[in-house]
Amino acid sequence: MDFNLSSEHKMVQRMVRDFAQKEVAPVIKEWDRKQDMAPFVLPRMAELGILGVCIPVRYGGQGMDYITLGLVCEELEAIDSTLRVVMSVHMGLCCLGIFQLGTEEQKHEHLIPLARGEKIGAYGLTEPGVGSDPANISSTARLERDEYIINGEKMWISLATKAHTVLWFARTAPKGEIPHEGITAFILDTSLAGVTRGDIHGKLGVRAGSTGWINCQDVRLPMGNRLGEEGEGFKIAMSCLDNGRYTVGSGAVGLIRACIEASVSYANERHAFGRPISRFQLIQQKIAKMAQSYEAARLLNLQAGWMKNQGLRNTKETSLAKWFATDASFAAASEAIQVHGAYGYSDEYDVERFLRNARGGIIYEGSSEIQTLIQAGYALGLRDDSPLRCELPGYDPDDWQTGA
Amino acid sequence: MNIVVCVKQAPDTAATVTVQDGKVSWGDAPLVLNPWDEYAVEQALLTKEEHGGKITAISLGPEDAKEALKTALAMGVDEAILVSDPAFAGADTLVASKVLAAAISKVEAVDLIFFGRSAVDSDSGVLGAQVARRLGWPSLSLVAAVNNLSPEGGTIEVERMIDEGRQIVKGSLPVVVSVVKGINEPRYPSFMGIRKASRAEIPLWTAVDLGLTAVPSPAMTWPEIFAPLKIETKCEFIEGETPVVIAEKLADRLMEEKVI
Repeated sequence: MDFNLSSEHKMVQRMVRDFAQKEVAPVIKEWDRKQDMAPFVLPRMAELGILGVCIPVRYGGQGMDYITLGLVCEELEAIDSTLRVVMSVHMGLCCLGIFQLGTEEQKHEHLIPLARGEKIGAYGLTEPGVGSDPANISSTARLERDEYIINGEKMWISLATKAHTVLWFARTAPKGEIPHEGITAFILDTSLAGVTRGDIHGKLGVRAGSTGWINCQDVRLPMGNRLGEEGEGFKIAMSCLDNGRYTVGSGAVGLIRACIEASVSYANERHAFGRPISRFQLIQQKIAKMAQSYEAARLLNLQAGWMKNQGLRNTKETSLAKWFATDASFAAASEAIQVHGAYGYSDEYDVERFLRNARGGIIYEGSSEIQTLIQAGYALGLRDDSPLRCELPGYDPDDWQTGA
Repeated sequence: MNIVVCVKQAPDTAATVTVQDGKVSWGDAPLVLNPWDEYAVEQALLTKEEHGGKITAISLGPEDAKEALKTALAMGVDEAILVSDPAFAGADTLVASKVLAAAISKVEAVDLIFFGRSAVDSDSGVLGAQVARRLGWPSLSLVAAVNNLSPEGGTIEVERMIDEGRQIVKGSLPVVVSVVKGINEPRYPSFMGIRKASRAEIPLWTAVDLGLTAVPSPAMTWPEIFAPLKIETKCEFIEGETPVVIAEKLADRLMEEKVI
């Protein structure tokens, strides 16, 4: 068993760390307060190639592996969760969905501009009335000659107002006895007539990001924009989440690391009772627990990334990694505030933002309760991974790094 | 233009450096491309982008100094060469300059050599000038801007950062240029560069390859290394009604402390 990262991994890690630290860290508080995304973030991530990190070169990407994707997420979220959210929806949910399930034609038309960062991707499953129960979505798609007419509203959509391409899930058949059977996936172009959208403000965290709603009113979508078969949408949505959750889990690892770094630095600096507070055992306990969860979360996520590289089904491992890492990141952020005392409660330090940001991770892309049920299902033998028509391709460096 | 950039592997500046038994340790912190050398690599890349040519990065150091060369490759240099031999261990700048000059002489028709201002670990800052002397070329040190470079005319004009300000100096090619921070903004390695770097075969040149039959012993040794004593600092806020009052109080305090 080899736990070493390759020199390629380390170089990417360093490059993304430098970008996030030098360019985003100095201004993140300002944008968090403004509740807006810094306008340079997406173009800069595109320019650096981060938006295509684990897509083969022939589809406009950088040809790195899935472990690299996880490392990128860790580095980005160590500065701010909103940076990692970009990777979750653009790469994890949208690009990898099209890469896994799109036809060759769809990959050329949609994946290449996304992987090059010329276009931004998002994922529209959640609706105002449907979150943990996506089989009950009510958006519709009606086939009229060679076009689908899309109607419905999606809510809590990351990058809602930035995305050009959205994986959109809608009902092509009325709700029957098995509700998820009538759902179909589409590649929606947000510039089409009938698409309206907006951002939601007043969120607890991820304030320097874009989260919003998208509404489709009689949007005419060419038949060629259907992803997969009619009725296959629910399986596609769940399969995409195997990748989205991986990015969320890997990002949470970075958030825990940031909590450790902030806490260690503050605990060594702050004195109480004539000593640095790092010399007190109750402070040490908090930091030790963060270190423990960091290592465990990191290994769980690397395992999921390794399985993706091997082309192995990883629904169970990814769910576990996401569940553990996000819960642990919230706990770490809360304890990091405690280490900082009253200063941690103010936005003079980063840890209050870490806590607000970490809170989202235990809700989106499958709440901790949903992950609990998934794990219980596996442990009790109540759940089985039914095979997919198209699995996510495993990593092949020679193939992925070869040009068009 | 044939450009050489000399780089060194150094501990990450974020590392906690300690001294144990007269040896410097940076724990398990990673070794990186010397941060000052990033400016030299960037300047080489900018020069190539403007005038064309080829860039060779050379590093003198142990086997793992290849990682620093990989960073240079990932940033975009064309080739990298590691100069390494047990005989070079403990080299001071006199020895290092002899070895590097021999290595540079092996690279075909070099017009321009870039150095960073110094290495963050040993911090001597003289290697560029020493290599220039060994090669018999002009040395332009502490360069903050290259105003004019004419490969055809074989001339270069630079701004040197000196205590009094900026000094404009003209020189002729081939030349050795050591650059300071601020001359440019070093780029991040690109993914394409990283892919190339991770697959690159980096040739290793030994003393024999360089035709150095006898490697001189260093003239300088470091008999003792110790960590500087920790200085306790105290922060004092000077307050007052108006800026004038604050300034007066500050001036009084500084005179009291014999700072001014």
